[in-house]
Amino acid sequence: MTTDQLRPLSELQALESESIHIIREVAATFASPIMLFSGGKDSVVMLHLAAKAFWPAPIPFGLLHVDTGHNFPEVLQFRDEAVDFYGASIKVAAVQDYIDDGRLRERPDGTRNPLQTLPLLDAISEGRHDAVFGGGRRDEERARAKERVFSMRDGFGQWDPRNQRPELWSLYNGRHLPGEHVRVFPLSNWTELDVWDYIAAQKISVPTIYYAHEREVAFRDGMWIAITDVTPARTSEAVEVHSVRYRTVGDMSCTAAVLSAASTVHDVITEVGLSQLTERGATRADDRLSEAAMEDRKREGYF
Amino acid sequence: MQQRSPVLSPATKLTGGRTLLRLATAGSVDDGKSTLVGRLLFDTNSVFADTLDHVEQVSKRKGLDRTDLALLTDGLRAEREQGITIDVAYRYFATPARKFILADCPGHVQYTRNTVTGSSTADVIVLLVDARNGVVEQTRRHLAVASLLRVPHVVLVVNKIDLVNYSEDAFTAIATDFALLARSLGVLETHCIPVSATEGDNVVTRSHRTPWYDGPTLLGHLENIDDTRLAVGADLRFPVQHVIRPQSAAHAPWAARAPEVDGDYRGYAGKIESGRVRPGDEVVVLPRGSHAVIEAIDTPDGPLDLAVAGQSVVMRLNTDIDVSRGDILAATDAPPAPTRDLPATVCWLAERELTVGARVLVQHGTSLTKALVKSIDGVLDLDFESGTVPCWRPTVSLALNDIGRIRLTLASPLPIDSYREHRATGAFILVDDADGWTLGAGLAGSTPLSAKTTDNMRPEPVERHASTSSARMTPSTDQHHTARQGKPS
Repeated sequence: MTTDQLRPLSELQALESESIHIIREVAATFASPIMLFSGGKDSVVMLHLAAKAFWPAPIPFGLLHVDTGHNFPEVLQFRDEAVDFYGASIKVAAVQDYIDDGRLRERPDGTRNPLQTLPLLDAISEGRHDAVFGGGRRDEERARAKERVFSMRDGFGQWDPRNQRPELWSLYNGRHLPGEHVRVFPLSNWTELDVWDYIAAQKISVPTIYYAHEREVAFRDGMWIAITDVTPARTSEAVEVHSVRYRTVGDMSCTAAVLSAASTVHDVITEVGLSQLTERGATRADDRLSEAAMEDRKREGYF
Repeated sequence: MQQRSPVLSPATKLTGGRTLLRLATAGSVDDGKSTLVGRLLFDTNSVFADTLDHVEQVSKRKGLDRTDLALLTDGLRAEREQGITIDVAYRYFATPARKFILADCPGHVQYTRNTVTGSSTADVIVLLVDARNGVVEQTRRHLAVASLLRVPHVVLVVNKIDLVNYSEDAFTAIATDFALLARSLGVLETHCIPVSATEGDNVVTRSHRTPWYDGPTLLGHLENIDDTRLAVGADLRFPVQHVIRPQSAAHAPWAARAPEVDGDYRGYAGKIESGRVRPGDEVVVLPRGSHAVIEAIDTPDGPLDLAVAGQSVVMRLNTDIDVSRGDILAATDAPPAPTRDLPATVCWLAERELTVGARVLVQHGTSLTKALVKSIDGVLDLDFESGTVPCWRPTVSLALNDIGRIRLTLASPLPIDSYREHRATGAFILVDDADGWTLGAGLAGSTPLSAKTTDNMRPEPVERHASTSSARMTPSTDQHHTARQGKPS
């Protein structure tokens, strides 16, 4: 045996194997898992890993998307294509339905991200899902850095960061009481750059808005906001056309673009490698609400 | 969709490039651990402008005259408000050669719980001391825990070297004391580095203020630690996670290899915990003891002619024998003998106490077994001096953060390795059957720490795990009681 064959696994091999191990543990030990899928790059990578974990059998659980009604049309189209491509099935929980029948009200600032929590928790309890996969990564945000791979949620879907189970070796403990559920984060140890490196290595498709394209934008609160039906230009605002791309693809009302000429995956990797802004800080108005914005939403049962 | 071309040869695309190294930190309250971690992140350009902006603002608000890098590691609101660290946090940084996952373990509250958690997955433990104080009680405790958990490499960071005027004598005295401590605890691989995290000396950048030190910087050392995993050289252990028996092939246009499923496909999915395997290798299926030959190692990227520790794969066997979740495919040479009598060292991580007669669940590999605490044989007294070893003292119960020696009686025989030899398959966790809480971390076999017993203690139990190859598994008499998770036997 040559030493070449016995060299340690590469970073991507190790991360992929760890994620697949986590996904299989869930499928083998929970009654009704479901995987959150938005069409965003992290969830596509997670779906790709799920497909690899069970090959040549199909993915043994369904997908769930909480649609704010403010999603980019390109992303919704991609979502449906990707579901077909990976032979999966998806259920969509619509925030718009909740607004229409009065269970939720629009916020004064127009952002719908915080409104996703209720439809999400309803879908989890209606489907009696005991495990919910999310694409969250620990490098994304300060509160996430402390989150377990298997993260317990109480009967109200709440996270208690001060009372988490220790997580040892790769022995994931998903036992829980009836009514509770477990959020599972297979990409916990991936960084934004790892995700892009993996997308390049495995030739994974992602929505077109992750790559540079020309778009009408306005500079608002220090960020480039796309001019859309949801986010029309304000009267005093100058609308400009720029080459932009998105680093995250949340709700149109709170996701901003970055100026970029990165039109291929390799351009994006170069750009991410050099980037001086965290992806959430650069482009997510919802995390700017307060210093502990993400922690507050996570405690309430957000992704 | 864009770039929909089928995956060509991703198996080769995923190999090469950076490797991964897992670190855990340990240190007591004022050793400057947060500043060191902040410095590592800052000097490897792992801090983004907006995060740094935020930390600069907070530093100013606090009236500091320079940016407090320790603030980079603040996580939860309660931590910021109280200026403490509550829980293990995970940090990521990378160099062109290597990606690092750092488990940042708080040193003061719950230090055993946090250090055990961080050490369980660590390749390297980064232990801090204050150059003014040297090796203190907490250092000895942390190293004892790291030694117990068999973390392969230890780095001692002698921090705040600026506060002893970059004194070589101070550093040498601490390094000598530490070497004595490490030797007595059986820790072989150690390295000491003089550092000032605040000033940035020898963290990422070599300091000109320590001309007497000719070793690497902390980052340089971490980049060069030999990562040819010991596990790869060890015997094969492959806990079966999931049996893959598709009725029909998956719709998989994304896969490099079209699935060929003829209705008889039966593959065993899992992650190789140690060793390596090739098609044609003979394996023993534990705990039953039947033998089989590996027919193929499948992945959607193509079949493998060699798979090693750390890889998630699907194995096919040459015979149609009963294999299910909870079983382990092992090398035929010296497989662990399934046993219902399990002596172990346990790190107790729960508020409730452990007493003799308690009923718990043992989660090991991919199996879950009921167990009864037959005896509690001692608790480790971590108050000891460098050059001596910690003592086991008699006790009737284990409390939060205690490390104890216990004996468990298992409801079904478990093929469990000695932790000393197999870190992954010698480890288990204790789980509360009622509420599911993780109660403790278990290390199978007689204690891996070279500790002595007090006069009124029983002597060390003899190592149960006989490493003879005679162990053609004789099925244990009570095998019909087997109640592994999710499968009536």
